[in-house]
Amino acid sequence: MSPTLDRRRFLSLLGCSAAAFPLMTPMSFAALPSDNRLVVVILRGAMDGLDALQPYGDPDLAGLRPDFDVGPAAGAIDLTGFHAMHPSLAPLRPLWQAGHLGFVQAVSTPYRDKRSHFDGQDILEAGTAGEVPPLTNRDGWLNRLLPLLPGATGRTAFAVGRDEMLILRGNAAHSSWAPDARLDLAPATADLLLHAYHDDPLFRENAEAALGFAGSSAEDEGRKTDALFAFAAAQLRQDARIAALSLGGWDSHRGQPRQIARGLDALAGGLLRLRADLGADWDRTMVIAMTEFGRTAFQNGTMGTDHGTGGTMILGGGALRGGQVWGDWPGLAESQLLDRRDVMPTRDVRAHAAWALHGLFGVERAALETTVFPDLDMGPSPGLLA
Amino acid sequence: MIPTLAAIRFGTGLSPDLPPPDGAADLLARLDGPDEMAERFPVPDWNTRMDLIRRHGRLRRARREDPAAAEEYKKINRRLHTIYHRDLRQTMMRAIVTRDGLRERLTWFWAGHFAVADGGGYLRRSVAAYHDAAIRPHVAGRFGDLLFAAVTHPAMLTYLDQEKSIGPNSPRGRRGGGLNENLAREVLELHTLGAGAPYSQTDVRELAKLLTGLSVTRDGRFRWVRNMVEPGAETVLGETYGDETPNRHDIAAVLSDLAVHPATARHLSAKIARHFIADDPPADLIEAMTGTWLDTDGSLPAVYGAMLDHPAAWAPELRKVRRPLDFMAAALRVTDSGSELEAARGIRPLREGLTDPLTLMGQPWLRPSGPDGWPEEGTAWITPQGLAARLGWAMDLGRRQKPALDPRLLVETALGPLAGDRVRFAAGAAEDRAAGIGLILASPEFQRR
Repeated sequence: MSPTLDRRRFLSLLGCSAAAFPLMTPMSFAALPSDNRLVVVILRGAMDGLDALQPYGDPDLAGLRPDFDVGPAAGAIDLTGFHAMHPSLAPLRPLWQAGHLGFVQAVSTPYRDKRSHFDGQDILEAGTAGEVPPLTNRDGWLNRLLPLLPGATGRTAFAVGRDEMLILRGNAAHSSWAPDARLDLAPATADLLLHAYHDDPLFRENAEAALGFAGSSAEDEGRKTDALFAFAAAQLRQDARIAALSLGGWDSHRGQPRQIARGLDALAGGLLRLRADLGADWDRTMVIAMTEFGRTAFQNGTMGTDHGTGGTMILGGGALRGGQVWGDWPGLAESQLLDRRDVMPTRDVRAHAAWALHGLFGVERAALETTVFPDLDMGPSPGLLA
Repeated sequence: MIPTLAAIRFGTGLSPDLPPPDGAADLLARLDGPDEMAERFPVPDWNTRMDLIRRHGRLRRARREDPAAAEEYKKINRRLHTIYHRDLRQTMMRAIVTRDGLRERLTWFWAGHFAVADGGGYLRRSVAAYHDAAIRPHVAGRFGDLLFAAVTHPAMLTYLDQEKSIGPNSPRGRRGGGLNENLAREVLELHTLGAGAPYSQTDVRELAKLLTGLSVTRDGRFRWVRNMVEPGAETVLGETYGDETPNRHDIAAVLSDLAVHPATARHLSAKIARHFIADDPPADLIEAMTGTWLDTDGSLPAVYGAMLDHPAAWAPELRKVRRPLDFMAAALRVTDSGSELEAARGIRPLREGLTDPLTLMGQPWLRPSGPDGWPEEGTAWITPQGLAARLGWAMDLGRRQKPALDPRLLVETALGPLAGDRVRFAAGAAEDRAAGIGLILASPEFQRR
């Protein structure tokens, strides 16, 4: 299918059914809860924060990781004279300089000791105070946020991609879409399909939405993750204000240098895709990339790192007051590590997420500390927003 | 109309060469007969899989030092992977060629009710064997037997942490460990009484104590461990079970009582009716089924019979949406795709043709998101994403028909008297046969039941 055909198909669908197609009705614009946007990227598998943001000024780092490339001398991009970012993040240098990129160091969820990916991700997405959410009726913190946003609809928040996104699961209506679930119907077949669906609203309305999405996502080219970010940007330019998606491949027990480079390339590409596709809306957007926990401070015997605790959060977007690294640095001397192995977390990762929600959407602190993130003490504002 | 509804509402759909059931009596008579499909399309049994999993675990530890072990590990990993995809193929084959579709549908329904999700450890690629051993043989028997088989199977004991639950005052408990309430809670909340029923946290706790001793051996077999059993009597819903001497029959006794509790009868009658008839079934239907449940001590065929006796069972309006597995099975059955499926070599065609599409449609094979199983309402399945996946797969199945069926004939085979004017028109007007077939399978009439 050629792009022109897609667009025509898309427009003709709108023409025949604008009333039943909520993405485009002027009413839905009037009801938007806020002009700000939030993108949450779950980095599944535990990103090594010490490699993404290298605290090369810490005298112990090089000794803990003798075989890894560390610091500006090995190609990393110096940021603060103490921190350097991994070479794969080099394309983001202009963002750092513009204040559209920042990091939070030594953060983690309240999860301790067990270091299981599944539990860690469940806790990160459920936003609990450290307990694994129950198997039944579990819900995510972005879902619990939605009822707190005046005027939020089922299209305010999108789960993008094929991965199950617990962060958005729950009672509040939201949308989901996998850009690679591409619907490749000939225009005539699509017309006949809508003819057959005419009298069944459940099928008709969802088919109209599916054909509309498929039309816009058929124009995305390139890699799968690029398509995820492109789709998220396309939705955020319309009614959506929140998008959540997953990037996997961070569990670098072996051959970390190659593996983390692949992940950071994809993340950097995704941020640049968001900036390009969001256009003017980039300035009202904040991106939070968070992972279930960090990795061991020292390298292991297979050029990798194992499951740890304190990790790094990557923040982006034009709404960010970036160009800085937030959070207290606990140090890497043996006595400063947690269990003599992990970066000691100095703050709850949920606090930063909560301050972002407060700043972007005006959600009251009391609701953030109970409903959205149970038993959270947000502490003083880190001043995340520009 | 009755045979058509019998096939699609209570079976795995219409078929080009297998006649539909005549009606209620025929459905129940077949269910009362032998289970031909399990024999014709078997899957590896639980113990075979446990032996593989045991080796898998050993090799996983050994492979770092030993290249031969690494090679062997790869092989066994592939083997387990193959089994997972073939389990789905066997499930589909049974649905495609059966004359006893109600049995398949009931197996899926009760497997969802007693949900266990594929995962690691003993649950690595083994859940289909749990379904065949603990669920399938009991779908046409007493609910109490089904409950006991499901709740005491090693798959369930592992999934809901029962094998780790130790009576605090048992000989083992005095050396550490403790009670885990997970299974006890789900038995009351999901498997029997239902979340709204009048039971308390104390009942959960007491049942958890009563279930201690149910455990799993190192090689994945059921075992009852006397020295993990919490001593003393326990009281669940006012009934007292057991004494100072550990006795596994106490567990059978409490499950047997729960199986015929009025709250269980009502909860599960409503759930069956919601699954087969409508998301909001008529109150008198649930009433009739509940009454039969209590009168017959939970005889499932009698309860199904009460459902089939109600006029709502035969109303022509198609109020339910087929779940993805159900939809795919019906589409494969009506296009007579069994031989293509049986001829498939290697796992790739199975993964691409069955397993991956099922995931995209929202029902990843053997991986419900929790012990509460799959959602029931049509709106949970017919989303833009879920529908797009169904449409893409249906169109693809249309393209795979060689030689292509004539859509004008297929619309009769697939829908009979249920075909509306709109789908008839679309089938006839499609730009080629493949598109016509796809449109029939994509029609609301075909995706509903």
